[in-house]
Amino acid sequence: MLTRIVAATLFALAALSARAEDVHPSDWQGVLDGARGQTVYFNAWGGAENINAYIEWAAGELEKRYGVRLVHVKLEDTANAVATVVAEKAAGRDTGGSVDLVWINGENFAAMKERGLLFSPGWAEALPSWRYVDHENKPTILTDFTIPVEGMASPWGMAKLVFFYDSARTDEGTLPQDADGLLEWAKAHPGRFSYPQPPDFIGSSLLKQVLLEKVEDPSVLQEPVVEKTFEEVAAPLFAYLDALHPVAWRSGRIFPQNYPAMKQLLADGELDIVFAFNPAEASSTIADGELPDTVRSFTFPGGTLANTHFVAIPYNASAKAGALVTADFLLSPEAQAKKQDPAVWGDPTVLALDKLDEEARARFEAIELGAATLGPDELGPALPEPHPSWMERIEEEWKRRYTAGN
Amino acid sequence: MLTRLGPLITILLLTGPIAFGLAGTVLPAFGFLPVLGGMELTLHHFRTLFSQPAILTSVAISLTAGLVTALFSLGVVVLFVAGWAGTRLFGRVQHLVSPLLSLPHAAAAFALAFLIAPSGMLVRLVSPELTGWERPPDLLVVHDPMGLFMMAGLIVKEIPFLLLVTLAALPQVRLKETRMLAASMGYGRVAGFLLGLWPAVYRQIRLPVFAVIAFATSVVDVALILGPMRPSPLAVRLVEWMNDPDLSMRYLASAGALLQLGVTAAALGLWMGLERVGRIMCIVGVEVGVRLRRDALLRGAALLAMGLAAGAVFAGLATLALWSFAGLWQFPDALPASFTLKSWMRALPRIAAPLYTTLLAGLLATLIAGLLAILCLMREEETGRRPRRALMLLYLPLLVPQVAFVFGLQLFLVYADLLATLPALVLAHLVFVMPYAYLALKDPWYAFDRRYNQVAAGFGKGRWRRFALVRLPMMTRAVFAMGAIGFAVSVGLYLPTVLVGAGRLTTITSEAVALASGGDRRIVGVYAFWQMLLPMLGFGVATLVPALIFRRFRGMQV
Repeated sequence: MLTRIVAATLFALAALSARAEDVHPSDWQGVLDGARGQTVYFNAWGGAENINAYIEWAAGELEKRYGVRLVHVKLEDTANAVATVVAEKAAGRDTGGSVDLVWINGENFAAMKERGLLFSPGWAEALPSWRYVDHENKPTILTDFTIPVEGMASPWGMAKLVFFYDSARTDEGTLPQDADGLLEWAKAHPGRFSYPQPPDFIGSSLLKQVLLEKVEDPSVLQEPVVEKTFEEVAAPLFAYLDALHPVAWRSGRIFPQNYPAMKQLLADGELDIVFAFNPAEASSTIADGELPDTVRSFTFPGGTLANTHFVAIPYNASAKAGALVTADFLLSPEAQAKKQDPAVWGDPTVLALDKLDEEARARFEAIELGAATLGPDELGPALPEPHPSWMERIEEEWKRRYTAGN
Repeated sequence: MLTRLGPLITILLLTGPIAFGLAGTVLPAFGFLPVLGGMELTLHHFRTLFSQPAILTSVAISLTAGLVTALFSLGVVVLFVAGWAGTRLFGRVQHLVSPLLSLPHAAAAFALAFLIAPSGMLVRLVSPELTGWERPPDLLVVHDPMGLFMMAGLIVKEIPFLLLVTLAALPQVRLKETRMLAASMGYGRVAGFLLGLWPAVYRQIRLPVFAVIAFATSVVDVALILGPMRPSPLAVRLVEWMNDPDLSMRYLASAGALLQLGVTAAALGLWMGLERVGRIMCIVGVEVGVRLRRDALLRGAALLAMGLAAGAVFAGLATLALWSFAGLWQFPDALPASFTLKSWMRALPRIAAPLYTTLLAGLLATLIAGLLAILCLMREEETGRRPRRALMLLYLPLLVPQVAFVFGLQLFLVYADLLATLPALVLAHLVFVMPYAYLALKDPWYAFDRRYNQVAAGFGKGRWRRFALVRLPMMTRAVFAMGAIGFAVSVGLYLPTVLVGAGRLTTITSEAVALASGGDRRIVGVYAFWQMLLPMLGFGVATLVPALIFRRFRGMQV
């Protein structure tokens, strides 16, 4: 009798631990069973209210449908989540980690992948909703900042650098057409342009946009930084910034902290041109009553920076099954359509509409993009992101040059 | 037995986290952090620290912030008390200012930012009619490089604090008699107070003044909201380094935390120098017979400064509340174009969890702190000693800069796998609530007429029954007041919450400061409103409950 109890207990324990170890989306029912009752700590930038509200909605749905409790750990910088996982690895905490899912791309994804901090092997392409993903036409879904994703992160949304202005104050004809034009515009309108202080993601992105336009040979940016030539390659960027700062907002002595702060400054009339990584940002902000309905968007005809943002699971996540269910839900046509609605968030989908069934497609087609959002055909060419090492190196150099004020 | 344990547990709870925390900061600063493979002692990290861009500017800002904040807030309080103590107006202003004591620093900073920013309420009120500004002026007033607005934000919060401790010290001097004596010798009110009473009062509020300096030199939340950004004050940069994904930055952060300790110590040292200067000035003033008989201007200025400080915060809070209900609100409109409950509706579901943590951590920490404080006081009464040195220990959490030991504490919590757990958060809050709980209970405790105890003892009641049946009921009001103060302190804690809660346990204050960077004034307004509301609720309970309990006891009514 006793031996049977012991054996049964051991078997149950073995089954439990096996389930904890062997979650993989190929056995989706197993994932769903394992996820029920789990708490998923989703580490995601928490600086924008509409995004927070969307995650809140997702949490409610996940609880209802799958019994997964999603907790949004609001980050100021995704690097903090990376730091947590790095610290846990250093402390030998290879299971039971505190980050279950992280909103990520670019240098943070590269850092986690390089250090082996991601749940692997690739799981994203085995998610049930992957079959809708438009990886054929959106190359950044498979290659993030020149780094192959290899299924270690599940795409969540598309991003493209888009500028906004208030047509009640600024005449459309005067808008800049490229980075040089932007500098000229800033000189003609001192104090009315700025960018979020790097290492803010959007601020660094503007620096990359300028670098992409000003660099002599853009192909060097697709390779890791070579320290010997960095100064020479980046020289036009910093010359540009040196010229921009004296005519920037507050004479470049301080910078907004992120793009929501810039939206507030546009609403207050302090800035005239702001930018974001989301083409529908203006529409969703107008819908929120934060910006007047005269705000419109524009991009550079020569192209602006574009990328994809993902969710990834750390290798030591406590609730891997729950994280997989969450990633799949976020990728589902329903969640993606809701996300694309400017009244909610306005973040463009990663799905291909022609892969969806009738009902799901109708959901997307019903979305009112609003007058402030450019249609997909007006967004202009997409410039590829440089290798992540450029972002890190530029941020470092920015800090070195401009930390002490001018 | 239990009372014997009281002081012991208190000392352990106060010094333990600080000692361990400091150790956890000092060792990595010198290169010792085995988890990261740091085994050898080196000064390398200090060299890295001093090669950071503009590090000395950061140090200078922190040092100045500490001294200027203390000097200004103390100056306003002293002149105000000197000029007005004993008058009816004094009582009124005191009632106006004291609610500000319970307001979290971050909320006061938000209030000020909403008021004085170029697109803030003040400019809106006078634009475009008086200024001609259709657009906000491009002026660097919030986040100014010298940190003047950060200091202003600190000053408006420290004035109520210093006023309150001064008021607590006043009964120990003979205000009325000395005033009459000084007046009869021809001194003006201000000079009479400064020369006759101030030295005795200052001696008693010296530690709180030191606490103000320590806090202002190492503040993080106010600095994030109002402080300079390029470079930021030292403490802000430390927290940035601490959060850097590159773990080797922890060495740098630890070295920086030691530097912070040095900066705070230097500020305190300089302050002690200033104390000497003040002393000499007083002596010289007496010897040459400065009487300042016509001090109406000075008194007026003190009253004005006091009123301005309080008025600015109240006006800012009103602006915050307005923003939280605002629809589209463009510059230079003084009022929103539309009002909506949207921000509240949106924030409410998300505010539930932080609200719960705030309440739970605050109530638990206050409860434990109150129990320990009572045990300590009982023990003091038993032994008949009122230990002076132990009092220094109580102030330790307020004198050692938070960043300097909460970093190390965090490291220990990671080891013990206690990071981001409620017990750890309560412990971290307890360290800061404890001193206030003790100080709030001390005076009422000693003011208790011990003859009640003797009567009760005469009826054969043991010590604990005497306490539970006689003393505690009679001290209900004081106990509730202590609870309100302790809770308010806990609600306002930012850095310990951020570092120990690690983003997973958040409170209203940590959420509000995190949202500040987003610049969405509506949501910040909602959170700051809660920040303001919670301590007020605490004080409301502390006033109402005793009043209800004692509604039929005339002798217990105020």
